[in-house]
Amino acid sequence: MSTVMNAANAETELGRVAPPRNWKTPIVLSVLALIVFVAFGIFGDARDVAFSWSSDGDAIMLPDVVVNARVLGWVSGVIMIIVALWSFWLANSRRSTPVWGSMLSGFLFLASLIGLVGAGGRAPVVFLLTGAIALSSPVIFGAIAGIIGERVGVVNVAIEGQLLAGAFTSAFVASLTNNLWAGLVAAMIAGALVSMVLAVFAIRYVVDQVIVGVVLNGLVIGLTNFLYSTVLTKDSQNFNFPGTFDFLPIPFLSDIPVLGPVLFDQRITTYAMFLLIPTAWYFLFRTKWGLRIRSAGEHPLAADTVGINVNRMRFWTVTFAGMIAGFGGAALTLGSSNAFVREMSAGQGFIALATVILGRWNPWLAAVAALLFGFSRNFRIWAGQSGSTIPSDLIAMTPYLVTLIAVAFLVGRAVGPAASGKPYLKS
Amino acid sequence: MKLELRSITKRFGSLVANDKISVTVEPGQIHCLLGENGAGKSTLMNVLFGLFQPDEGQILLDDQPVSFAGPGDAMAAGIGMVHQHFMLVPVFTVAENVMLGHEPTRGLGRIDLAEARRQVREVSERFGFEVDPDALVGELPVGIQQRVEIIKALSRKAEILVLDEPTAVLTPQETDELMVIMRQLAASGTSIVFITHKLREVQEVADTITVIRLGKVVGETSPTSSAHELATMMVGRDIGLTVAKNPPTVGKAALSVSGLTMFARSGVRLLDDVSFDVHEGEVLAVAGVQGNGQTELTEALLGLGERVFGSAKLYGKELVGASVRTVLDNGVGYIPEDRTVDGLVAEFSVAENLMLDRSFAGEFVSQHTIKFSKLDEFARSAIAEFDIRTPGPAAPAGKLSGGNQQKVVLARELSRDLKLFVASQPTRGVDVGSVEFIHERIIAVRDSGVPVIIVSTELDEVLELADRIAVMYRGRFIDIVPADTPRSVLGQLMAGVTAA
Ligand SMILES: Nc1ncnc2c1ncn2[C@@H]1O[C@H](COP(=O)(O)OP(=O)(O)OP(=O)(O)O)[C@@H](O)[C@H]1O
Ligand SMILES: [Mg+2]
Repeated sequence: MSTVMNAANAETELGRVAPPRNWKTPIVLSVLALIVFVAFGIFGDARDVAFSWSSDGDAIMLPDVVVNARVLGWVSGVIMIIVALWSFWLANSRRSTPVWGSMLSGFLFLASLIGLVGAGGRAPVVFLLTGAIALSSPVIFGAIAGIIGERVGVVNVAIEGQLLAGAFTSAFVASLTNNLWAGLVAAMIAGALVSMVLAVFAIRYVVDQVIVGVVLNGLVIGLTNFLYSTVLTKDSQNFNFPGTFDFLPIPFLSDIPVLGPVLFDQRITTYAMFLLIPTAWYFLFRTKWGLRIRSAGEHPLAADTVGINVNRMRFWTVTFAGMIAGFGGAALTLGSSNAFVREMSAGQGFIALATVILGRWNPWLAAVAALLFGFSRNFRIWAGQSGSTIPSDLIAMTPYLVTLIAVAFLVGRAVGPAASGKPYLKS
Repeated sequence: MKLELRSITKRFGSLVANDKISVTVEPGQIHCLLGENGAGKSTLMNVLFGLFQPDEGQILLDDQPVSFAGPGDAMAAGIGMVHQHFMLVPVFTVAENVMLGHEPTRGLGRIDLAEARRQVREVSERFGFEVDPDALVGELPVGIQQRVEIIKALSRKAEILVLDEPTAVLTPQETDELMVIMRQLAASGTSIVFITHKLREVQEVADTITVIRLGKVVGETSPTSSAHELATMMVGRDIGLTVAKNPPTVGKAALSVSGLTMFARSGVRLLDDVSFDVHEGEVLAVAGVQGNGQTELTEALLGLGERVFGSAKLYGKELVGASVRTVLDNGVGYIPEDRTVDGLVAEFSVAENLMLDRSFAGEFVSQHTIKFSKLDEFARSAIAEFDIRTPGPAAPAGKLSGGNQQKVVLARELSRDLKLFVASQPTRGVDVGSVEFIHERIIAVRDSGVPVIIVSTELDEVLELADRIAVMYRGRFIDIVPADTPRSVLGQLMAGVTAA
């Protein structure tokens, strides 16, 4: 039997064409390994870096771990090379690399990057992680609002506006009533109202959703700016001094070194974010409402023919998503800065929009992407302070680069909801 | 439940799709709707199902007038429907599609997936349908999607069941199973409206028959009428039901396929070392139970498949690994199995759809600009020749009836110079009058010396067109046999039994 081939990676096995191999993961892993080995190891900074795990007043103090940054790069590089080789071997025998292998490599990459930047000083691990969470919190709220919206078929470009509306309203209402909870509720209502405007125009009047979103963002920015300068600044003691939620350390858990301060000594808004990610995922992918929402975003006519009222479903789901984004706005004020500032959402709604796509419309992945963004911003702040010789802009770029590589090559492929952004009209 | 449609009128603009149609279905009856493509059958059923609002007329259930604002209301009233163009979410699994809208839950709205799977298995076993509840619908061939669509309707236990061309892509055995189920359901009191273009099925299963032409009821008849009588009543003129065909004048081998292999993402072999030749002037029909690699075979030849290895040479030019455009430029005409997904752009006009594959160059384009008058002229002649029922060349293709959409695809592919013609389910949903014409056209293509590959689940069609028959089983050609092979032998081959 003759077998003709015209692809390089097909080979004959008992005269038959064998299944193709997938080299993507091993290639990406080896590139990362080589960067670490060469740039952070061989040519890395030869000074020591002290990884610190605790801050003063922690229940359990861990001693700093001092290592040589170049040695760290070396060792990480070697381990990563071994992982990459293992991945090549797996690919050759047509098996895929387990996720933890890629995660180990990613972790070592970050660790040696931190080592390189912190060389000659300290690398405050807790600060880096808590800061990442704090900075990504509003983005995660926004991203989950965006995911829910797109899953039901409405592209929500107005996340930025919803965050801002939430931030403004929460600060204002909490100051007026002297009640943070009232501020939180008001923020959710504000977010929902912005969503409702979007939904009415997009669903009822069939205006292009992206355009409505962009207009709404402009509207909310203008409105909050106007109210800020005419009302809030007049008497900021009474109108823009809401206070913040207290830190709520969870007994015992918050005493765990590193993890304690990062995960279990946070404000209520951050805990809500922690809970929101699995809840949103569960809701979308494990409940009947989630199934119906996704059907409306994928094939609204099919959803209609099984008795789902697509447009009503879209309206309320988007409104609900707006509440989540509004909550995220409150996290900016009541959960962090204690006052509203002009345009304080500062583009985080757009970052959220990006993480929706990078996160493949999945709450977990979007949260990871948002955390990477948060980490990058925080990392840059720290790199600027640490006095590293490497230009901080260059450093700031790397985590984004890693995110892009990870998304492009390691995360399986996924396409967005098919009917997202398309109005559903009946004849 | 008794169903009465009283004088239903439905207009689309100036087109009257249903003109005072009255139909009564008694409880436990199987009522067949017969009619040409575009006669208004699906429209009538969509009115019944609440998808369209009637302009005039009334729907009565057990003599009570009802009105449905949407399908939800119709379903609540006990109506179930199998749609001609499947209403399935491609990225959902079979189980998710079947349960959508009536999900079994385990508290807190949590979906009970085990129960949903069980329901799918239960219904599919009753049918002798083999369907994997966890398969993604979008990855299934149309024949299996059809089964899913039927399972979905049956899992809801409707009192009135509408079946809009459920058998268009089923194999004869599956159709028989379905007809057994229909009789069982009817015996237990379900009223069934059954739409099909296959007269054998009508004669076998119908209690009463209503014939519709151009939106009007032209008469009722009983299943004792002969196929010829039914066809004549439907079309309004005398038609022959078989194609007179000369023996082929076979030339040299034009397409040689060797070692064609295609893998799923998982590494499973979808096509397994397929080798064959097709000669000039012959029709090779590919028969087999759906899901044995027929879809993948046509996709691989067209350059649509991924992970395809081996070779397929058309007059020495390699098709494997070439882009779809190169394949088309080499003169390959292609009828995809699913017209709504791969055959048409629903929002484009009929005329635009007729020139889709000629948008780069050719008679309709000069200097990157479409020559509209030329296109219009061509579209009008194609519409006339293929008897496409459309308000005009500018009507959006998605608004045509199913059979007429199919004719648009056929007209496009058959109206250019071909070196190879590959067609999957070419006459899916096409009425008897037009099937005759299309078969003649395919034979004419063959007689002009073009090699033809036909994939069909319809054994009658295979036997009518084929000069040789290849039977596919589990991604392989298990045998290539002459056209006069008895049905029983073919049936055995399809089940994977070789004569040896
Ligand atoms: N949504 C729509 N908008 C405009 N015209 C439509 C629409 N749906 C159907 N039509 C027109 O109504 C007529 C009847 O179509 P219908 O789908 O009911 O035919 P059918 O009898 O089911 O044909 P087939 O056997 O091909 O499925 C056709 O001329 C079609 O073009
Ligand atoms: Mg129809």
